[in-house]
Parts: sequence; structure tokens; C-alpha cells
Amino acid sequence: MESEVQNKAPRTHYINARYGLKSWLFTIDHKRIALLYLASITFFFFLGGLFAVLIRLELLTPKGDLVQAETYNRFFTMHGVVMVFFFLIPAIPATLGNFLIPLMIGARDLAFPRLNLLSWYIYVVGAVFTLIAIVGGGVDTGWTFYTPYSTTYSNGNVLLTGIGIFITGFSSILTGLNFIVTIHTMRAPGLSWFRLPLFVWSHYATSLIMVLGTPVIAITILLLAFERIAHVGIFDPKLGGDPVLFQHLFWFYSHPAVYIMVLPAMGVISELVANMTRKNIFGYKFVALASIAIAIFGFLVWGHHMFVSTQSVYAGMIFSILSYAVAIPSAVKTFNWTATLYKGSISYNTPMLYAFGFIGFFIIGGMTGLFLAALGLDIHVHDTYFVVAHFHYIMVGGTIMGYLGGLHYWWPKISGRMYPEGWARFAALVIFVGFNLTFFPQFLLGYQGMPRRYYAYPDEFQVLNVMSSAGASILGVGYLIPMVYLFWSMRYGPKAGSNPWGAFGLEWRTSSPPPTENFKVTPVVTWEAYEFSPVEETEVIDISTP
Amino acid sequence: MADTHTATPYGLAHHFDDVEQQREAGTLGMWAFLITEIMFFGGLFLAYILYRSTFPDDFAAASAHLDWKLGGTNTGVLICSSLTMAMAVYHSQTGNKKWLIICLLLTMILGAAFLGIKAYEYHDKYVSHLIPGFDFHWTGHGSPKHVEMFYYLYFVMTGIHALHMIIGLGIMTVITVMARRGRFTPEYYAPIEISGLYWHFVDIVWIFLFPLLYLLGAHIHH
Repeated sequence: MESEVQNKAPRTHYINARYGLKSWLFTIDHKRIALLYLASITFFFFLGGLFAVLIRLELLTPKGDLVQAETYNRFFTMHGVVMVFFFLIPAIPATLGNFLIPLMIGARDLAFPRLNLLSWYIYVVGAVFTLIAIVGGGVDTGWTFYTPYSTTYSNGNVLLTGIGIFITGFSSILTGLNFIVTIHTMRAPGLSWFRLPLFVWSHYATSLIMVLGTPVIAITILLLAFERIAHVGIFDPKLGGDPVLFQHLFWFYSHPAVYIMVLPAMGVISELVANMTRKNIFGYKFVALASIAIAIFGFLVWGHHMFVSTQSVYAGMIFSILSYAVAIPSAVKTFNWTATLYKGSISYNTPMLYAFGFIGFFIIGGMTGLFLAALGLDIHVHDTYFVVAHFHYIMVGGTIMGYLGGLHYWWPKISGRMYPEGWARFAALVIFVGFNLTFFPQFLLGYQGMPRRYYAYPDEFQVLNVMSSAGASILGVGYLIPMVYLFWSMRYGPKAGSNPWGAFGLEWRTSSPPPTENFKVTPVVTWEAYEFSPVEETEVIDISTP
Repeated sequence: MADTHTATPYGLAHHFDDVEQQREAGTLGMWAFLITEIMFFGGLFLAYILYRSTFPDDFAAASAHLDWKLGGTNTGVLICSSLTMAMAVYHSQTGNKKWLIICLLLTMILGAAFLGIKAYEYHDKYVSHLIPGFDFHWTGHGSPKHVEMFYYLYFVMTGIHALHMIIGLGIMTVITVMARRGRFTPEYYAPIEISGLYWHFVDIVWIFLFPLLYLLGAHIHH
């Protein structure tokens, strides 16, 4: 901003530093790679959403009248595969994390910029395999690929989809590795661990899960593929194998994967709550270490997916207790966010609306998770819509609310422009209403016994299903609105200054959009995280003069 | 990472402050990668342990058909290659280019010898109809289904290990060429050190595979 006043010539930043397709496809700038990811995951978000629309259309009526049962199986499988592996897992880390971690720690880039670009290409290659599988007829196994159906009986494109997920997994591993090394070695002078923004802490915890968990799903899918190709292996009982081994291996990754999705969103919410109340977060160290605790506990609870899969009842009891234990660090975060609001100077702008939404949805999603972790109750609600509603409250109500809140909050930094506040608040409201109308009835459906993954249901469930489908259409509209105005604002939005929110954090001390090298001078940190003070004005380090 | 300015030290990438930070990042990155490898192989070891404890006799009978002498030789070959690799790192630190190249070449020769012996063993299994899913035929003691499962795990575990060896040879080729071009100095030798970490790791995986697969049934005569 300042430079334009001084020089008249447009300031050079990461977006206008170089032009042309090649300058994007071969960039090693973490900020540009974040935008490449942003475009890719947005595509997959709407593709996964399309399958959700088809599911909700079929469930509008009790009879299976829109599609065949087999087709319906493919719809919910492709919805799950696309949303989990190609949207939710990379959603926040690969876009906001990629863009912000170097800025937040005062570094010029991630530790391995080329590896970062490679992760995006790996993601794209995996995505292409999966897209070919979808176009070629899809898969009908459910996103969980349970054996022996997936290895022996399914006639869908299990192999192609599996290869797609296998490949994309490495993109996740490399991103996590890059974050861990960056956070360890690239912090600016003075930026000690307990001065780090909580967004960075939550991404550190997420990266640990990516690095430790993802290789296990990789080898599991590889073994599944070999077994499907060669008809020898270890999962099919006909071959002497044990299908429950597959479930153990699968959930060893796929349960922690839920925390890959929600921990980064928690990091976003911590930033939003602190900066939009203009207060230091209540119990900073507890919130920071709760992220690590969630990552560790998250690895010890996979067995709660197998309470009814011949797992021993004693193992079930231990997994049940450990699942309850996850509630402790989660509750620490929730209580500390709400405690931060107390006597805070709260701004009710769009990012904060999403933060409020997140906290409410996360409480509902988390508390119903405790229902499911209870051995006795789980037998009643296992594989019903209660489970579907629970994890959508975490994944959609948690992750996507955090993602959208973060996207709005850092949009001025990313694009250099403000989004239209009125439209944005309206969209947040539409999403809030649509989301609850879609998923709350599913709790009731599941509790009354409607199983998941069926294309037809008894007549008495129709009212709640119609409510859910109506909510889904409202939710869909709610997601389209930000897409339109964010695009619009890139060109027509009012220009944003370096720090439009008066927020704390190194990313707000460089210009918007930041220059390619992020900071002209390496910042030296002499303050604690969120050290709001009424007298001090934040100085802008980068004034972009040559 | 090849951007070098006249002002910055040799081999320093644009986004690092100094060579020390860059070396630290590279080393930590490789350690983190090796941890992902442990988790990757971990899934296989879990499957092996589960079925070995479920079908102990069948697995022992199947293992007896592996040649522990060849496996043992390969273990020795790999340990020697780790020694030459460690020596290569030492010579890169002291700036001894000639011995650096010799040690790297020795490491590659030993690695290739390992793969040669492995290929011979695979061929032997092919001749004896012991490749699962491919005209598998078992007349010995034990349930053929479970013996086939042992050989399935054998081929997946040693196959993925061999793939890591082949990748390792590729990495060695690259750094040998770089060493010949004089790209390393006593201040800048991180690529050799980091490649060495990878090589030692692949070696250690074999140290676990050898007793689990070969020695399990070595006491049984057939």
C-alpha cells in the first residue's frame, strides 16, 4: 500500500511477480502452490457436493425410484472418497497452512519448496486416477473399502480408485513432513515454541498424524490391490486371511485422519477467536498442547469403529475409555475459546460468525461422538444415520466452517482485496441454517433406526428425510455464494491494507498480498503470541521499497 | 535449490539463512521420512506377526524352503555396504574426493550384488512353483493355503525392500556423479550424509526381514 503512494507504480507482490501459466505450474513459492491447491480442492469440493445432491435426491422419497441400488452405492462411495481424500484432508493444511505457516513464523518459504510443488503434482496425479475411476463407472464399496467385498466381489473400479488414494496419500505425507521440518528449523529469531500462533501448533500436530498415519493406509491399499489382482493375500477368509485385519489397518489411519481434518480447523478458530476478541487466548499453553494430545490420543482409538466386528469385548472397553479421553483435550479447547470471549472486544464479522458456528457444531458433533464411544449405545446406533450425522457435524460443521472462516479472514492477505461483508454474513447465515436442517434430522433418523447406505426406507422416515434434503439444497446455495463473491472480490473488492483486522501475528506485518520473499527483512520477534496492547501500533516491516 | 548468488555460501538455497540451517532441515527431513517408512513397513510386519502366530507350523515349514545361506550372505553384503557408505560420509567431510568416489562405487557394487542374489532366489522360487497366485504348488508339510500366504508376505516384504534398494542405487548414482564433478566440499556434504541415512535404513529393514523370513524354519530339514 505504502509503496503505491510513494512510487505510483504497482507494487510487486507474489501474484504479479511473474505472469503466464508456466509461472504458476513451475512455481516453488508456497503462496502460489497454496493457490494451486485452492483451485484443485474447490473443484473436488463441488464434485463431491454433486454426489451429495444425487444422494439427497434419491432419499427424497421412501422408494428407490431415482436410481438403482447399485448406482446409489456408487454415489455415496464417490461422495465419501472425493470429500475425504481430495477435499477434507488437504483442505486447510494444503491451502491456508501452505500459505500461512512460513508467513506466521517469519520464513521466506517452507523448508523444501520443490517438495511442496511435488506434493501438489502427486495430488493431481492421484486425483486423475480417481477421476478416471469415476468416469469409468465409479466404485460401490463405500469409502471404507471393507474386505473381502472390495478384494473379491465388487465389480467397481476399486483398483483405480485405490491407486488414486495411494498416490494422493504421498502428497499428504510430504506436506506434513515439510511442515514439521519448517516449524522446527525455520522460525524467525525470538520466535520460541510458546510464542507460535496456535494455527502453527495445530498444523504441527496435524503433520505428525499425516507422517505417522498415512503410510499405514498406503501399505493397506497396496495389499488390497495385490489381493484383488492376484487373488492371493491376507484379508479374504477364503484365502485363510482375516477381514478384521483390514479394518484394523484401515482405521489406524482413517480414525486419526478425522483429526487431520479437524485440528487445522481448530487452529483457524483459535486465531479467529483471539484476534476477533482482541484478547490473548485463554490458557494459550493448554490450547497448544491440547492439539498434540489430540494427535496422540487420536492414534489410540481406532478400535471404536469395530465394536461389532468380532473385536474382543475387553479391547472394546479399552478403546471406549480411550475414545472418551479424546474429549478432554477437545473440551479444553472449547472451554478456552469461550472463556476468551469473556470481556473481549468481539467483532461480529464473517470470520467470527464461522467461528461461532464451528464451536456450536463441534460441541454437538463431539458430544454425539461420546454416545458412539459408549459400547452399549453404539450397538443400537452403529451403522445408522446417527453416525452419519455425527461425523458430518465434525467434518462439515467443523472442518468446512473453519476452512470458510479462515478463508474469509485471510482473504485480504491472500488476494489483497476485501470480500463484500454483507454478502459474506448472509452466506454464513444460509450455511448455518442449511447445515442444521440437513444434518440434525439425521440424528433423529439414526436414533429411530434408519441404517446408512440404503437407497430406500420405510414411509415413516420421509418427513425427516425431506427436511434433510431441503436443508442440503439450502446448504448448496450457501456454498455457491462465497464462491461467486470471492471471485468477484479478486477484481472489484476494495483494496485491503496490510492489517485490515488490526490482528496480531507476523503474517499481518507484511503487505497484502505479500511479496514473493514474504519479508524484506527477517523479523525479530520480541513479543508473546496475541500480546494485544491498547497503546502499541503494529509496525509494518515490509514497506516494499527497493 | 541450485540458486546460488555470489554473496551466499556455496550450495545454500535462497530461503535458508545459512548452511547450518539448511543441513539441519535436510537431516530432519530425512529422519521424518524414515519414520514414515517405518510405519509403511510396520503394516507388513503386523500382518506377518498376526499370521505367524496364527499358523506357526505352516509358516515354519514354508520358511524352511528359503535358503538361509543365501539370505545370510546377503545380510553380510548389506552390512559391508553400510560400512562403505559410512566411510563415504567420512571422506566427504574430510574433502577426500578420490576415496569418496571409491566408497560410493563400492557401496553401489555391494547393493547391486545384493539385488543379484535376490534375483537368483526369486528365480529359484519361480522354478519351484512358489510364487503365490502364479501356478503355486506346494507338496511339503503344512497347509498349502497358509504356505502360500507366507510366500505372499515374503514376496511383498522383500519386493518392497528390493524396490527401496533400487531407488537407493539411483540416489547413489546421482551423488557419485555430483562427487565426480566436485560438487561437495567439507562445508557442503549434506546430500551424502542424508543419502547415507536412507541407505542405512534400508539396510536395517533387511536386518529384521532376514531372521523373520529365513531363520524361522532353518532348523527344519526337508
